Amino acid sequence: MDIAVTLARLQFAITTVYHFFFVPLTLGLSILVALMETFYVRTGNDVYRRMTRFWGKLFVINFATGVVTGIVQEFQFGMNWSEYSRYVGDIFGAPLAIEALLAFFLESTFLGVWIFGWNKLSKKVHLAAIWLVAISSNLSALWILIANSFMQQPVGYMIENGRARLTDFAAVVFNPNIFYQFPHVLTAGLVTASFLMLGISAYHLLRKNEEDLFRRSFKIAAVTGVVFSVLLGGIGHAQGQHMLKTQPMKMAAAEALWETEDPASFSLFAVIDEKNQVNPVALRIPAMLSLLSYNRLDGAVKGLSNLQAEYEALYGPGNYIPPVTIPFWAFRVMVGVGTLMGVLALYALFMAMFKNKLTDKLAWVMKFMPWVVILPYIGNSAGWIMTEVGRYPWVVYGLVRLEDGVSPTVSVGMLWTSLIGYVLIYGLLMVATIYLLRKYALAGPAATDVHAEADADAQPALAR
Amino acid sequence: MDLNIVWFVLIAVLYTGFFVLEGFDFGVGILLPFLGKTDTERRSIINTIGPHWDGNEVWLVTAGGATFAAFPHWYATLFSGFYLPLFLLLMALILRGVSFEFRSKDDNPTWRATWDWAIFTGSLVASILLGVAFANLLRGVPIDASMRYTGGFFNLLNPYALIAGVATVLVFILHGALFLSKKTTGVLVERAQQTARRTWLPALIALITLLIGTLIDTDLLQHRGVWGSLVVILPLAAILLTGYFIRRQRDGWAFVMTCLTVAFTVTAFFVALFPRVMVSSSDPAWSLTIYNAASGPYTLNIMVIVALIFTPFVLVYQGWSYWVFRKRVGNNPKTLTY
Repeated sequence: MDIAVTLARLQFAITTVYHFFFVPLTLGLSILVALMETFYVRTGNDVYRRMTRFWGKLFVINFATGVVTGIVQEFQFGMNWSEYSRYVGDIFGAPLAIEALLAFFLESTFLGVWIFGWNKLSKKVHLAAIWLVAISSNLSALWILIANSFMQQPVGYMIENGRARLTDFAAVVFNPNIFYQFPHVLTAGLVTASFLMLGISAYHLLRKNEEDLFRRSFKIAAVTGVVFSVLLGGIGHAQGQHMLKTQPMKMAAAEALWETEDPASFSLFAVIDEKNQVNPVALRIPAMLSLLSYNRLDGAVKGLSNLQAEYEALYGPGNYIPPVTIPFWAFRVMVGVGTLMGVLALYALFMAMFKNKLTDKLAWVMKFMPWVVILPYIGNSAGWIMTEVGRYPWVVYGLVRLEDGVSPTVSVGMLWTSLIGYVLIYGLLMVATIYLLRKYALAGPAATDVHAEADADAQPALAR
Repeated sequence: MDLNIVWFVLIAVLYTGFFVLEGFDFGVGILLPFLGKTDTERRSIINTIGPHWDGNEVWLVTAGGATFAAFPHWYATLFSGFYLPLFLLLMALILRGVSFEFRSKDDNPTWRATWDWAIFTGSLVASILLGVAFANLLRGVPIDASMRYTGGFFNLLNPYALIAGVATVLVFILHGALFLSKKTTGVLVERAQQTARRTWLPALIALITLLIGTLIDTDLLQHRGVWGSLVVILPLAAILLTGYFIRRQRDGWAFVMTCLTVAFTVTAFFVALFPRVMVSSSDPAWSLTIYNAASGPYTLNIMVIVALIFTPFVLVYQGWSYWVFRKRVGNNPKTLTY
């Protein structure tokens, strides 16, 4: 493939995965911090105010990096993918504009109000501000995923003069794909936030630091973790079945299934030879893929070679098989990490709820809990890598190919410049963000403590 | 009025909002190292825009999104054509954005100095680049019959565009200084007022040069005629009144006048541009216009409805947030938000 296309893809991959390091935590933690502040406002218990302050500080640090890397995402379509932008602008621009108008304004304004408004607003108005941040963050995820869903499963359009024209806005908004993708991201966000809280709380509990505050945090996180990792698994499963119908090639690649099988077996592990289109070594569970696909022990799952032949007949000659190894392993990592998180969340909940012989026996696992923070990040990245790499060779599935989407006027030198620039600045930001998150996380609530009188001293601005 | 015109006006409004609002917070960013001598002073300066800068920047993000939705060819040609300046703009905005959050979260003086430098540089570079980019939209850049930008990076660095870059920086500094004079306390107020007094004349000269340049180097006179070209009087009048109010020590009114200076400059720009959105210097017939660059009427229609419903809410709650933080930011480190 053309080097410019490869560089543009690489840049999209790097900036998107990087942006998505920060997004899920924003989505999930905004809700949990809002919940903590709700507990504070309802009970008046100061520990919840301190919790809000502590987790809120981590939220804000993470948010800053998420926000600035988001601007790149919006401008990148025009910069590197101008032909794509022309082709689908009639449809794709709308959700992006709506995202900014509906969500970004709300999110940025009320986060500013929340951070700086502790002693300027009444408790209830301040609480409303964080809820608006939580709602608008998740609303922004909805709209950008509506845009992404169009790329996965184009709907509500017709082709006119070589461009896609929007014909049914409601169809785009209620794209069948969004009903899987949005809950998937939403629950992944909550699981991410819960694992950050589990890890950091465990770290402090092991050191017997602020036990009351961290025990409560641990419990909130454990409940959230159990509920939403179970939901996440269920939704992911349903999304897989949906994908099999709408993007069979992606699913076949994620399974490294070269030839159609009925019943189809599931490869736990495989050595993949993409060139000869075989898997020389594979550890397979018979009929398992059929079971996952159709909830029964038989049913054909189409293989890559068969789909290639189908697509050639449909779209003309060309290679329609994605780089199989990447989605195959990304899928396994995502599912593996997701399962592990489910188990760990159950463990955490068990430890938080009970105190008996069994919990004493299992106490040693707690030592590893601070490290679980990393798990959702691996799972989230793997998920997007599978989704986006598996879309190959399409920018919009079945409609626009990668090489037809890139900017014809952007040179390889320019692409290299921006790529290297982003990698450098993103690297710097990553170091700074992790340094600050770690510093505040390990320092505990003492570092973010502001006396209750300071928070409550001033009357609401309205009364002045 | 057809939908394409409605969308041209809406995008003009979004950019006007962006330049007026982010204009003063860019100015504040540029002034940060010069007006803030101590760490606490610098924190007070940042806190004047702390709750607002992100919301101000969303005006740009929304303008970008609206351009994509309403005029995809404009979005595609502009963003892929002005590639390197936009890339630098993004770098500047990234650095500046995180710095506000990061700078006070560690006591190390080098750490703080680094992020303060990033706030200054990011604000300065972003202001110059925006001035340069907008000037080029009007002056014209090489665009071929298939709407593709055929120039390079150095096409964008012509004298007219550079004057626009300088004028943008100077007007933003003036705008930011007047904002600070109303939002800080003690010695910072004096310094901000002094800066405003000193910046006014250079800003005036730069703006006059830009307006004369616009008459010479763009097709404003042919395109709009003599009467239409009088639109350039508006920003001039506003900046003259700014000077009047600065001299009378009416900082609030002077700030209102810099808001108008910025708003009128952007208005004049869009008046001169209309109905084009990007002028082609290769052949006027190849210019991108609100018709040949637009989405279909169905999309435009839906987006107008969305904009009309939600924009009033945005104005109300963003206005409210300015009202919540209407008091001057104190200089007591114990009560500052870090």
